[in-house]
Amino acid sequence: MVILKMNFSDLLKEAFRSITANKLRSGLTILGIVIGITAVIAMLSIGEGAKRQLVQSIESLGSNMLTVFPGIIQPGRGIVSAGRGTAQSLKMKDVEVIKKIEGVKAVSPEISRRFQIVSSSGKNTNSLVLGVTPDYLIVRNAKIQSGKFFKENDLNRVAVLGPTVAEDLFGEEDPIGKTIKINKVNFKVIGVLEPKGSAGFINPDEVVLVPLLVMQKILTGSEYLSQIAVQAESSDLIESLKEEITQVLLKEHKVSPDNPDFSVIASQEFLNAFNSLINTMTIFLASIAAISLVVGGIGIMNMMLTSVTERTKEIGLRKAIGAKKKEILMQFLIESVILTLIGGIFGIILGSLISIAVSKFANITSQVSLYSIFLSLTFSSLVGIIFGYWPAKKAAELDPIVALRYE
Amino acid sequence: MIKLENITKIYKNSDIETVALKNINLEIKEGEFVAIMGPSGSGKSTLMHILGCLDRPTSGRYFLEGKDVSTLNDDELAEIRKRKIGFVFQAYNLLPRIKVIEQVELPLVYAGVKPEERREKAIQALKAAAFPDNFWYHYPNQLSGGMQQRVAIARALVNDPILILADEPTGNLDTKTGEIVLDTFQRLNFEFGKTIVLVTHEEYVAKHAERIVLIRDGEIIDDFKVKERIIINGHFKNEFF
Repeated sequence: MVILKMNFSDLLKEAFRSITANKLRSGLTILGIVIGITAVIAMLSIGEGAKRQLVQSIESLGSNMLTVFPGIIQPGRGIVSAGRGTAQSLKMKDVEVIKKIEGVKAVSPEISRRFQIVSSSGKNTNSLVLGVTPDYLIVRNAKIQSGKFFKENDLNRVAVLGPTVAEDLFGEEDPIGKTIKINKVNFKVIGVLEPKGSAGFINPDEVVLVPLLVMQKILTGSEYLSQIAVQAESSDLIESLKEEITQVLLKEHKVSPDNPDFSVIASQEFLNAFNSLINTMTIFLASIAAISLVVGGIGIMNMMLTSVTERTKEIGLRKAIGAKKKEILMQFLIESVILTLIGGIFGIILGSLISIAVSKFANITSQVSLYSIFLSLTFSSLVGIIFGYWPAKKAAELDPIVALRYE
Repeated sequence: MIKLENITKIYKNSDIETVALKNINLEIKEGEFVAIMGPSGSGKSTLMHILGCLDRPTSGRYFLEGKDVSTLNDDELAEIRKRKIGFVFQAYNLLPRIKVIEQVELPLVYAGVKPEERREKAIQALKAAAFPDNFWYHYPNQLSGGMQQRVAIARALVNDPILILADEPTGNLDTKTGEIVLDTFQRLNFEFGKTIVLVTHEEYVAKHAERIVLIRDGEIIDDFKVKERIIINGHFKNEFF
């Protein structure tokens, strides 16, 4: 092990001298790294933002939620057998059974389907129509902004609109008392929900709520439920409730535990499933971005090789006056790491600006995390070391006699 | 101080062997000013590379201050060059974009001398090389060839080496500036007692030394004291006084 006698500030000084000696070339080489890091940072930030948005929206649903779906859904592995909505196995009888379980606070049976909705003034929209009971308000943590909600077992053709639907159909007008057509059937608007914001895969502001029985009889003509949302009394009960609901439904449906026709999923499982999905997406996007970093690294190697060739005589002289191999190696390695670090810093700044612009103008939440900054700095230094090593090694291994004679 | 014993250097290029040096035996004493003279291809450059620890002999032994340096590895040779040898090249070999004073400080950087001490030592070396102080902060491309070569001499001096090796130091200079450079070497030899080995193909240049070693086809064919030595500025060895 050779101990470097040169101190670090001397090495830095040499590196900066050489980088500034050819500003245009250094600048263009740095630009390659800037682009790579910018892309990585922007991708990671957008991924991070999407994750946060999802976490927030699912948390707003409540951590003490369970959802029963028809068919088999395995979080993180997608739908294994029949898909949600196509499988038909949940009925109102199941709701009654679940309600009897201890620890269940409220149960919201739901039937969902998309319909064309037309207002009396002729405006129309395509919305998700949910057949629900008043328990929807408790379980989904929703509130009435104006008007009222329908009653349990209500058989009237009445509807409660999500705020977005209300605005789409009636604009500034008060929709209460007006008539809308859902799938060509007249419904009277009796209430409007409070705005809540997107909640993952369903935006509760963009739904139309109708009484469950009306939904079954008039709109879908089928008694099967799309899902049953269950609220537990506390989040500690989730695991035991999940087990219990599964047991009673297996008995109710007379199916074997190996082959159930429904799935019970906790909101936390959803969160995990979506998180892993978004993580996969982010890693995929960032890997594509990292390819441009590799291209930038090749630029660094190219420049360093040129630099070593140009400075062959200088290297010879340095060796003649006593520079050791390691000292030459370090000089060139530090030079390339400084190049990539400068690129990394500018890339982080530019990438952050892009992610801020994206969340401002494209309405996608993005979040520059310390983790992605740290990752970018590590990556850019690594690129400097990896792509700078070979040229630096080449410089260090030069024969001083040959190098001194080089013209 | 320097003792070469049966030094042979053979270059191998695929299957062809070229003998650059054959059984060289040479002794140089401390404070001597020796010229190694020979035509191109005679092996004088190879000899200089071995003397300067830039290269190793194929066989034979080289004692520098009593220590055998003929079998050291690259980094050990670098260490010897750093502490004991100063080089002056035909093409000056100054680094571009670096101020004169920093050029001279460069060997001290590798020697791990503290920045405060470097400046002081560099100034001493520049003064010893008779380099005018109003050019200390100039860049090499702002200087004439003769001036650049004196920067190179100062750089060779700064580590206080036991041996200064000059490879055709006047080769790129006209006679007049060449004489200034040779005068500098004579002064370093007379006043500071530096051991100097000058490699040249010109007899006129070699005559500035006190002893000439003639080399041809890789062998020393003559080794003699210069009879009509050219002494430029009337320098005299201290022993005359």
